[in-house]
Amino acid sequence: MPYLSLTEEERKAILGEIGVRSFDDLIKDIPLSLRDPKIVLPAALSEPEVQDLITKLGRKNTTTQDALSFLGAGSYEHFIPAAAMEIVGRQEFMTAYTPYQPEASQGTLQAIYEYQSLMTELTGLDVSNASHYDGATALAEAALVALKQTDRPTILISRSVHPHYLETIRTYLAGTPYKVEELGFDVKGNFDRSALAAKLDATVAGVIFQTPNFFGNVEDLEGVSEQIHANGSLMILTANPLSLGLFKSPGEWGADIAAGEGQPLGLAMQFGGPYLGYFVASKALMRRIPGRLAGLTTDADGKRAFCLTLQAREQHIRRERAGSNICSNQALCALAACAYMTLLGKAGIREIAEINWDRATYLRSQISKIKNFEVDTAQTVFNEFRVKSKKSFQKIEEKCMKQGIFPGVSLEKFYPEMKDQFLVCATETKSKEDLDRFVEVLSQC
Amino acid sequence: MLISLDDRLSFEKSKRGRRAVRLPASRFSEAKPLETIPQCLLRQTSIGFPELSEPDIVRHFINLSRKNFSVDTHFYPLGSCTMKYNPKINEWAARQAKFAALHPLQVESTAQGTMEVLSELEEGLKEISGMDAFTLQPAAGAHGELTGMMLVRAYHASRRETHRTKVLVPDSSHGTNPASAALFGYHVVEIKSNSLGCVDMEDLKSHLDEHVACLMLTNPNTLGLFEKNILEITRLVHEKGGLLYYDGANLNPLLGIARPGDMGFDIIHINLHKTFSTPHGGGGPGAGPVGVKKHLMPFLPGPLVSKTKEGYRWVSPGPRSIGRVKLFHGNIGVILRAYAYLKTLGKEGLRKVSEAAILNANYMKEKLKDTFTVATVGPCMHEFVLSLKSFGAYGVHAGDVGKRLLDFGFHAPTVHFPLVVSEALMIEPTETEAIETLDRFIDTMKLIAKEIVADPEMIKTAPHTLPVRRPDDVLAARKPILSYRDQVREKVLLAEAVA
Repeated sequence: MPYLSLTEEERKAILGEIGVRSFDDLIKDIPLSLRDPKIVLPAALSEPEVQDLITKLGRKNTTTQDALSFLGAGSYEHFIPAAAMEIVGRQEFMTAYTPYQPEASQGTLQAIYEYQSLMTELTGLDVSNASHYDGATALAEAALVALKQTDRPTILISRSVHPHYLETIRTYLAGTPYKVEELGFDVKGNFDRSALAAKLDATVAGVIFQTPNFFGNVEDLEGVSEQIHANGSLMILTANPLSLGLFKSPGEWGADIAAGEGQPLGLAMQFGGPYLGYFVASKALMRRIPGRLAGLTTDADGKRAFCLTLQAREQHIRRERAGSNICSNQALCALAACAYMTLLGKAGIREIAEINWDRATYLRSQISKIKNFEVDTAQTVFNEFRVKSKKSFQKIEEKCMKQGIFPGVSLEKFYPEMKDQFLVCATETKSKEDLDRFVEVLSQC
Repeated sequence: MLISLDDRLSFEKSKRGRRAVRLPASRFSEAKPLETIPQCLLRQTSIGFPELSEPDIVRHFINLSRKNFSVDTHFYPLGSCTMKYNPKINEWAARQAKFAALHPLQVESTAQGTMEVLSELEEGLKEISGMDAFTLQPAAGAHGELTGMMLVRAYHASRRETHRTKVLVPDSSHGTNPASAALFGYHVVEIKSNSLGCVDMEDLKSHLDEHVACLMLTNPNTLGLFEKNILEITRLVHEKGGLLYYDGANLNPLLGIARPGDMGFDIIHINLHKTFSTPHGGGGPGAGPVGVKKHLMPFLPGPLVSKTKEGYRWVSPGPRSIGRVKLFHGNIGVILRAYAYLKTLGKEGLRKVSEAAILNANYMKEKLKDTFTVATVGPCMHEFVLSLKSFGAYGVHAGDVGKRLLDFGFHAPTVHFPLVVSEALMIEPTETEAIETLDRFIDTMKLIAKEIVADPEMIKTAPHTLPVRRPDDVLAARKPILSYRDQVREKVLLAEAVA
């Protein structure tokens, strides 16, 4: 075993020091009937063999670097600055634990604090936590906060929210006294305003929207927070954080909680994780926020210092009375997002959003010109849009894949009524030649 | 060696006009965003991100990293956290573009390598734990517990036993156990520990009735003891129709030695960031795969990876599934690291890991038992708990000793936990530490014991060599400053400016 340093002599010496004759004397509390189970596992591999194995397994994957990918739907291919990767690779960050000992963790704590600061700037809300697992679970926790804060039983959620988020919230609330009600969307895929008015009653704790929504549409939420607040409910918004360089922030829309997926902020797609759940709320909800919070304070010598704070909310203090059970979060992913946002800076965060909008808008416009495909060029989108096809999507996908292109995500999988419709995403990673080639291949489908 | 004295925030280093990353200038669309997008959808407020050059930013973060203790720089004997060495081959694997640049919704045929990793890791976890099936979705231990409680609820509901509303947890349990059970309405009942630190069998029996949904247990428990009545415990709970949940936080000493599945547990979670050597990342990400016995398989979240003749496929779960607990498929990057570790360990490595973890802990306990009070009698498993109560006269607390250890370059043990021991120091050396490191730690603890007697005030004001000393957490909670925005609003300026 390469990671142990215990020699055979040391092992014997330790047994002697402890005063036992054999190792088995140390585990005598384990019933004999349980000991030495038969375990079928392959033999150990040396490091070169492990590298070889991983390399060979990797060859069985066709990645978004091997192919030209237009996949989005909650996980996005973006440029990641080399400096961000180096910062996250620092083992002093990576191999540290949760910063329970602030004196030995000022690095992690200040980085979390800066992450929280960046997220409040980006979302326009007051208090960010140190991270949650992912967008789906962050949103589920936001629903729980609304249910507890208002002491009402119903969560209203737009059906244009990512279906995985919706399903996760349903899982979290199944078997509880709480219930989930869906809000439909119109032909363009935007949330149905008349349904909101009809369903907003005294049982509604919170209403959840996504913008850009699952179809890529930037939702117009004018007047919505006023309507929701007049009903005594909370407004919860899940937004692609990168879109906020250009589009109205949750704070500007009047949301009480912004919770969602931070993967676009410098995290690789990694087949779905680890990602970054972000959770930012208004000051009024500060003591209900789940998870860690880093705060600024002074130390015994009057120096600036950071520490975890408001821990009375958390499970390790409050046990069964805690608001959430979260312990481990996604701290390193928050660090990655922190480095990414700092490297982009004030001008870069706006530019990157504009470039994404530009790529998607150009591609959509080009697709609108070819036959057999229909797109809504009047709808405002960020970096993703819905395409309706007259041909079978399966055939289109097969043809595109033969040309080394992943054409997009089938919507029928998520919404059975959307036959032969698919989501196409174009980020700053695509050149004009990439986009034109895709259009060319589509036009031959 | 002086670590940078510049403790300004990135925001405080910002200067208007500085840039780090340069982005493409070209635009493809004839449309311009500000002219095309309806005004009511456009952001109106500016984004107060800092403006810095790349060299400034890199130095900023690298200097921050140097203000951390970490496994790669320090001995980190944090009890129940299993701060073992994080092998670099795992990091190498996770960084490979062939895995990192894979989209979660790709067609299955284009992701066979990763799906094989998922399937193989599941098989390995099944063998090691004695369970019948796993979901890899849960993102952490507590998320696994939450998933477990949902499984418990769904199972009892399917048997029309909704009157089962009680979840039993020992008083020595991790805080996440009661929190997970209570989150969705279970009534949490605490089971007392006996004088030896194990589950008090009489107290357990007195709470066992038809209302019990589940008993959550960590084994070995947080005192480092294997529950020797485990077979009777699981039998008693099962007899009353309850389920057994295994909190895998302390699985590290059982690899190849004993399996939760054989003990009678119905549901378990495994912390890949503990036993399977993936890094803790300053608090995460981890991964908390959940394993179940056959009778709970229909309730698992989906989709599940399945090996077929045509390769690996995603299979939707049946109608009784609790449903998805997470976006996409789980923390795959963490799972890939754990897979590389499992391949390195192999069958023969499993037991070696656990034996070394147990030997190291017992060695330290033996060497420290005459100086401090050991909370338990007899050998321990992978961790043990010392009590500082014999030093009570000096007014020094367990937390103070933890702080003093920092001065000697050791991370503190877990302090003031488990709650059943007063002035607890919970020490878990892990298997990857050399005996020389353990000896240095032991000598330091003995020295600190002398210091407590000679100069208790010095211990109470430790640490004395770190960038900061005893941040005021009461102030932090009373007047929360949680972002740079708060600082600007509350006019909390740099310490130099205040001074």
